[in-house]
Amino acid sequence: MTDSGSEDLSNEPPIIFYKHRPEWDDVTPVPQDDGPNPIVAIAYSELFQDVHDYFRAVLKSGEKSERALQLTDDALDLNPANYTVWQYRREILKHLEKDLQEELTYVRGVIERNAKNYQVWHHRRVIVEWLQDPSHELELTEAILSRDDKNYHAWEHRQWVIRTFKLYDNELEYVDRLLTEDIRNNSAWNQRYFVLNNTSNFPADIIDREILYTIAKIKKVTNNESAWNYLRGVLERSDYGICENSVVKQFCEDLYASGNRSPYLLGFMVEMCEEQIEKGAGDSFYNLEQAVRLCDSLAKEYDTVRKEYWNYIARCLTNKRNSHCNNGSSKALIEEMNSAASDGTIVTSVDE
Amino acid sequence: MTTNARCIEALGCERFDEENCSTKTSEEQIKVEESVEELFQLFSKKLTIDINAPSLYRGKHVSYLKKCLFYLPNSYECLDASRPWLCYWILHSLELLEETLDAEDRSKIALFIGRCQSPDGGFGGGPGQHPHLAPTYAAVNALCTLGTEEAFSIINRETLQKFLWSVRCANGSFQMHVGGEEDIRGVYCALSVARLTNIYCDKLFENSAKWIISCQTYEGGFAGCPGLEAHGGYAFCGLAALCLLGKEHLCDIRGLLRWVAHRQMRFEGGFQGRTNKLVDGCYSFWQGGAFPLLHKALADEDSTCVSTNWLFHQEALQEYILICCQNSLGGLLDKPGKPRDIYHTCYTLSGLSVAQHCFAGQEKIVGGLQNELARVHPLYNISQEAYINASKFFYNLPPL
Ligand SMILES: [Zn+2]
Repeated sequence: MTDSGSEDLSNEPPIIFYKHRPEWDDVTPVPQDDGPNPIVAIAYSELFQDVHDYFRAVLKSGEKSERALQLTDDALDLNPANYTVWQYRREILKHLEKDLQEELTYVRGVIERNAKNYQVWHHRRVIVEWLQDPSHELELTEAILSRDDKNYHAWEHRQWVIRTFKLYDNELEYVDRLLTEDIRNNSAWNQRYFVLNNTSNFPADIIDREILYTIAKIKKVTNNESAWNYLRGVLERSDYGICENSVVKQFCEDLYASGNRSPYLLGFMVEMCEEQIEKGAGDSFYNLEQAVRLCDSLAKEYDTVRKEYWNYIARCLTNKRNSHCNNGSSKALIEEMNSAASDGTIVTSVDE
Repeated sequence: MTTNARCIEALGCERFDEENCSTKTSEEQIKVEESVEELFQLFSKKLTIDINAPSLYRGKHVSYLKKCLFYLPNSYECLDASRPWLCYWILHSLELLEETLDAEDRSKIALFIGRCQSPDGGFGGGPGQHPHLAPTYAAVNALCTLGTEEAFSIINRETLQKFLWSVRCANGSFQMHVGGEEDIRGVYCALSVARLTNIYCDKLFENSAKWIISCQTYEGGFAGCPGLEAHGGYAFCGLAALCLLGKEHLCDIRGLLRWVAHRQMRFEGGFQGRTNKLVDGCYSFWQGGAFPLLHKALADEDSTCVSTNWLFHQEALQEYILICCQNSLGGLLDKPGKPRDIYHTCYTLSGLSVAQHCFAGQEKIVGGLQNELARVHPLYNISQEAYINASKFFYNLPPL
């Protein structure tokens, strides 16, 4: 940070503080009003303080000018998370009727330097809305995602653009490319669902296609939770639930028979059993005994970190069959919880 | 009450299996596991000479936090629009560590937060900044944590409610500020402050439950906005907001439980924020804090199934926090190799408290009772005590 050598190499002009600029003589800087006892006082650099003193002055006077716009540049450079500055910048842009294409170029630079920031992406979205021009957005988000393919803000912006301007056409290909690069990219799986959910009602042919697509991916990496979750998500959109698809059923049985004990496979089989039990249609493979056995092996061997969860699922399944035999101790527990909940506390406090 | 750590030797089989398909996700995961394993091994050796290990560096954390309360280096300039958050993270962490501040300091802090209150209602990121729902939530939580009448009285409830109206959208969601972005944090922050300060009204949250439910994804968690990927921070906001509306049963509770239970990492013991992402200490609360809320919802459905533990591995989470997330000079962090900061200090400690406390008499304290923290109220993430005191104050005031 204090490498003086790099300063010699840069072509940037030396910083002149606003307080030393004659063209700002007419403005009285407004210092931050922290009061007599500042708390969480940040040791601002002189530059940070200078720029913000003048920003506060401009905000107060309501000046909407070229120099005020320039000032927001400097303030946002120092802290791109200052939503008050962004909001004021938008007011200036409107007031001066600035060229918004230029603004797009500007905000792209800020996004590239601060890709994980709410305000920069929101600003981009507002400008695109004003312009009604989504033509750069897919390329921009793709560029950002090529560096960080799970950047939440970039995905949010991309989905907004696609939904608002109906740009679904090549999205499945893009998703497929990302999944070929990284089969475990959950954001890409989610995007696949997003596209199908917004372009179709998951008709039978699409469900069948997606099942084959996903099964092929699971065969490659059986411990990939993203693919299993997607498979369930798609099946839940069919009229038949997760257990009635013969391709999926066969696939799971074969994988299990081959000795695979991926916790996601076992968990999926538990859910298939559960569905069968609910339908009262337990067959010779997917039934209560099998479900309890699977939960037990998950809790004790294949997914021990989730033992509480699997034991709970097993209890629920058993209870479904033996409903109406609530025992006293658990009744007491629920009473304790309900009374705790009714006064708003979820867990009760103890005297120690 | 005290409880032993997982057997480090037996954890080898929990390591990530690449299945001959190396990708960016798996490479990063394996790197993190290596750094965690190193710390687990060191801890294992330490355990042979110190039966109380792992211990919470309570004193170090307290001094780190107290220093930050008055002075922050200029690396915090990027949080200049989040100063009520800085107050809340520090105050809540100190509260969990059962460190009390003297009356003079409490008063100074309350007055400073008061300077962030906007004449239009709500609080901004600093004095003179526009009101914004996130610092408003943080300011209200911080003032409630201070717990003095002076602190409670800072909040202008009339203008606060006006501010909430000004950021409400017709579909039931909330903008973070006037002209700002709209996501699930907004509705949670709005509900949290409205309930805490007793300014809630049904009309203000009309359609909100429906909008929140539209954020639940096929994976079971909630996203920031409809269509996006399920995410720990947003899932907490979604579930807590539904609970604050009393409408948690409208979402798919079982799907949410499955999703959040699967966010706990089999080797590291901490939580990840999304499927196939890396462990991060702050999700100890965002994911861990969902379990107490889920517990109640599940018990309402079928009381015979729930037990006296949360439905995650409480010991494993405590180990991850105590062994991998503590800076030896004070403060906590995301994962080994990352710098400490007060955000991660707040949320790892909040998660640690959730992992330690289930129902009365069912505490599970890894590393001995000296590690025990104060209890949190999982809907608001302030301490139970702070919640009770704030309720006494605000629910004795006349409704607006
Ligand atoms: Zn984090």
